[in-house]
Amino acid sequence: MSLAHETVASLRRRLAKKEIKSRDIVSDLLKEIDAREKTIHAYTQVDRESALKAADQADVSLPLGGIPIALKDNLNAIGDPCTCSSKILEGYKAPYDATAVARLRQAGAVFLGRTNMDEFAMGSSTENSALGVTRNPWDSSRIPGGSSGGSAAAVAGRIALAALGSDTGGSIRQPAALCGCVGLKPTYGRISRFGLVAFASSLDQIGPLTRTVEDSALLLSSLAGHDPRDNTTDPRSPETFLSKPMNSVKGLKVGLPKEYFIPGMDGETEKAVRAAADWFQKNGAEIKEVSLPLTPSAIAVYYILATAEASANLARFDGVRYGRRAADPRDVLDLYQRTREEGFGPEVKRRIILGTFVLSAGYTDAYYRKAQKVRGLIRQDFEKAFQGCDLLLTPTSPEPAFQLGERTQDPLKMYLADVFTISVNLAGTCGISLPCGFTKSNLPIGLQLIGPRFGEEKMLQAAHAYEQSHDFWKRMPSW
Amino acid sequence: MVSADGKWEAVIGLEVHCQVRTATKMFCGCANQYGAAPNTHVCPVCLGLPGSLPVPNEEAIRKTILTGLMLGCRIAPVARFDRKNYFYPDMPKNYQISQYEDPLCAGGSVGLDPFQFPKELQETEEAQARRKIRLVRIHLEEDVAKSFHFEERSGIDFNRAGTPLMEIVTEADLRTPGEAFAFLGSLRQILWAGGVSDADMEKGQLRCDVNVSVRPMGEAKFGTKVELKNLNSISGVRRALVHEIARQIAVVEKGGSLVQETRRWDDNAGATFTMRTKEQAHDYRYFPDPDLLPVRTDRGLQAAAKKSVPELPAAMQDRLVKDFGVTAYQASVLSCDRLLCGYYEKAAAKTKNKAAVANWILNDFLSTQPDPATTPVKPEYFAELADLVTTGKINSAQGKKVFAELVANPSSPHEIVKKLGLEQISDLGALMAMCEEAIAANPRSVEDYRAGKMNAINALKGFVMKKSQGKANPVQIDEILKQQLGA
Repeated sequence: MSLAHETVASLRRRLAKKEIKSRDIVSDLLKEIDAREKTIHAYTQVDRESALKAADQADVSLPLGGIPIALKDNLNAIGDPCTCSSKILEGYKAPYDATAVARLRQAGAVFLGRTNMDEFAMGSSTENSALGVTRNPWDSSRIPGGSSGGSAAAVAGRIALAALGSDTGGSIRQPAALCGCVGLKPTYGRISRFGLVAFASSLDQIGPLTRTVEDSALLLSSLAGHDPRDNTTDPRSPETFLSKPMNSVKGLKVGLPKEYFIPGMDGETEKAVRAAADWFQKNGAEIKEVSLPLTPSAIAVYYILATAEASANLARFDGVRYGRRAADPRDVLDLYQRTREEGFGPEVKRRIILGTFVLSAGYTDAYYRKAQKVRGLIRQDFEKAFQGCDLLLTPTSPEPAFQLGERTQDPLKMYLADVFTISVNLAGTCGISLPCGFTKSNLPIGLQLIGPRFGEEKMLQAAHAYEQSHDFWKRMPSW
Repeated sequence: MVSADGKWEAVIGLEVHCQVRTATKMFCGCANQYGAAPNTHVCPVCLGLPGSLPVPNEEAIRKTILTGLMLGCRIAPVARFDRKNYFYPDMPKNYQISQYEDPLCAGGSVGLDPFQFPKELQETEEAQARRKIRLVRIHLEEDVAKSFHFEERSGIDFNRAGTPLMEIVTEADLRTPGEAFAFLGSLRQILWAGGVSDADMEKGQLRCDVNVSVRPMGEAKFGTKVELKNLNSISGVRRALVHEIARQIAVVEKGGSLVQETRRWDDNAGATFTMRTKEQAHDYRYFPDPDLLPVRTDRGLQAAAKKSVPELPAAMQDRLVKDFGVTAYQASVLSCDRLLCGYYEKAAAKTKNKAAVANWILNDFLSTQPDPATTPVKPEYFAELADLVTTGKINSAQGKKVFAELVANPSSPHEIVKKLGLEQISDLGALMAMCEEAIAANPRSVEDYRAGKMNAINALKGFVMKKSQGKANPVQIDEILKQQLGA
């Protein structure tokens, strides 16, 4: 069997035993890439030569020694492009490593390539990429979710073992759900954002996309921890996650937020998620209904705050210092206008305009400030819910992967794809999506477990126990 | 400024930007250094590269709090950084990290030091009033890069981008160009005292925008405000204000009306020109910077700043006048230069003639542009010199000679006196002999003196001085001659 089908954890063991070499893994992955990347288009760049070279030099005694990992194309890695799937970053080469990238390097990882995404992580389908759409490995007529769609499709399509993504409103968990892999959004402040091209700074968080919960914990252990270069990272000392898997959910208090089981949601999704809840109950967990009453406001709050922050974060792309620059500008204003007009795609422009509007004189109180207040209340809702339970259990996405092009003309409908994931970012807690079933047409369904702030360990334990009692994670798309 | 005819009054407020002296920039580890080759102190953070994040510089925060403490401001227990959004090529991120709603310092005031007024105004009532100018706030932000415009293209030097900058905003309390001049000088003294900034306007370390309006004398309502920019020196601020106030009065006296606008001062042309009107004003869309946590100042930062509050210039001047007997002017000069003042205090500690030491150091030594920190002229030399002259060991003309030698070849004035053979002749017998000789040799002067021309004695004194090669004690000669002539 190709090594591309194994997990990070098993390959680590085999590397340590010297049964295989890192080069073997990279070579097998490159073969799979040759076979399927044309269809899936998960990557914006595959680093064949440098990955093989790095594999030969890898120190397999390190925690991720010799393990190939793909990076979402919004993470700076020294010497590499960092396109954010945008024309505006054409020609930009990162002069520095993101902290997350540097930590993977220190842990011995080998970088396999850069994955496609919605432009500047704005989208839920990876259709907003200036570098082409990515297709869902389970059905190439469908979207992989987004914005980390390239990372999810690569892992699900067995053309990457693991990948980093970023999650601002569900951008790791939703594509993980739609592609049938494991996507972790850590607590805000758990992983340094230094070097992650910012979309919405108060919501962005880097996280791994993997085949198993164990792999997710492995990557998190290398990535997490205080960074003096990110003022918002938490100062607590580093942890090793899931070092002793309990394989039990006995006594766990699991809350089902009633607002997450809404009329009109996809029936197969609801059924699979309720079955997962039943499994937890049967295995000794206590299931209780809880309420997160402000859930219906979350999307509105999110699209005000995220776009406000984005309008400032994306102001730096002006053609003056790096990236695309409009030809023969008349003056500096013309340079700004044409560079941004030519460089940004329609969704990015829409959000910059929206964000600029909600911060404008006379409108801040009605929009930005009000949204900040509601965000505080949403956070309180979660705190209250976690007083009575250890974890929340919800669907990740209201429905499985939709068709390419189905929603590109209807942004508001597209925004609803993140209805179950957005609140976790607003509350700054952690969440994980893992497969919990398949539809009749063989599309993956995702289960979301949500933990309190810095409650990753308990959440990963529960996710691992559930995953290992099922074989959804072993299922493969057919090609 | 009250117009010449007393009909109009000016109302002036200042926004002073002051570079904070720190080892590194405000949000990254690059050196905060003036004068390096362009774009050599830069990194992903201060260039605004995608993905970079700011981390606040504690030294800059502490120094801003220190400034607030020196100026009597309220220090916010929790301060926040905000983003100020506008596009300009010298702004790497196209937003500036600044403070909007929760600045580090609020309130406070700057007392106008009479000696910081222009020279010709220092004795006026306006200067002697020692008015206190209230402050609105002090906040901390990052400086922008520097643009250079060449014939065909422009260049940007990002060395300055991201260096810490304090903005000190006054109430509209100032009334005259002289007061604005004195405000900047007085503020600068305090910034120097705290070691917060070198505050050199020519180097751009202190920059000032001015808001000015005029109103009829006695009117409580403000007139239409005009903002002046491009003021590059303290005297330039005064010149610009004199001109702008006159312009505004002329407009309203002719029955015209002023528009709220920003005008640029052209120091060469001696005039202000419209830059933008109110309609073109920016909407900065301030919002809290999500990359930066709120800054708690009540957990050690304020306490640390309190420890470094120095003696303030006003208190220092009072003490120097009271304890050292220096003049108010000398006290003002000394309070402006902590190093020189320390030097003076060391010298003064060695003698009772403290005022004389001040004269030597401030009138003579200062004109040689010494560096008090490194000069080989030890402060105690000035104590010796003052004592030599005051006790009459040497006369003041000889004192000047000793001083010249002291600067040229620093050593103890006692040794210099010996080396130059300047020791005064105070031996009564020798002096009396010389005086007798003088009287014998100048019968005409003696006659004149006795006839009532008291000045005639000077010729006799000159004879003795010449005879003694300047070493005779003039006070003693005077006494002896008068005695001998009167006898």
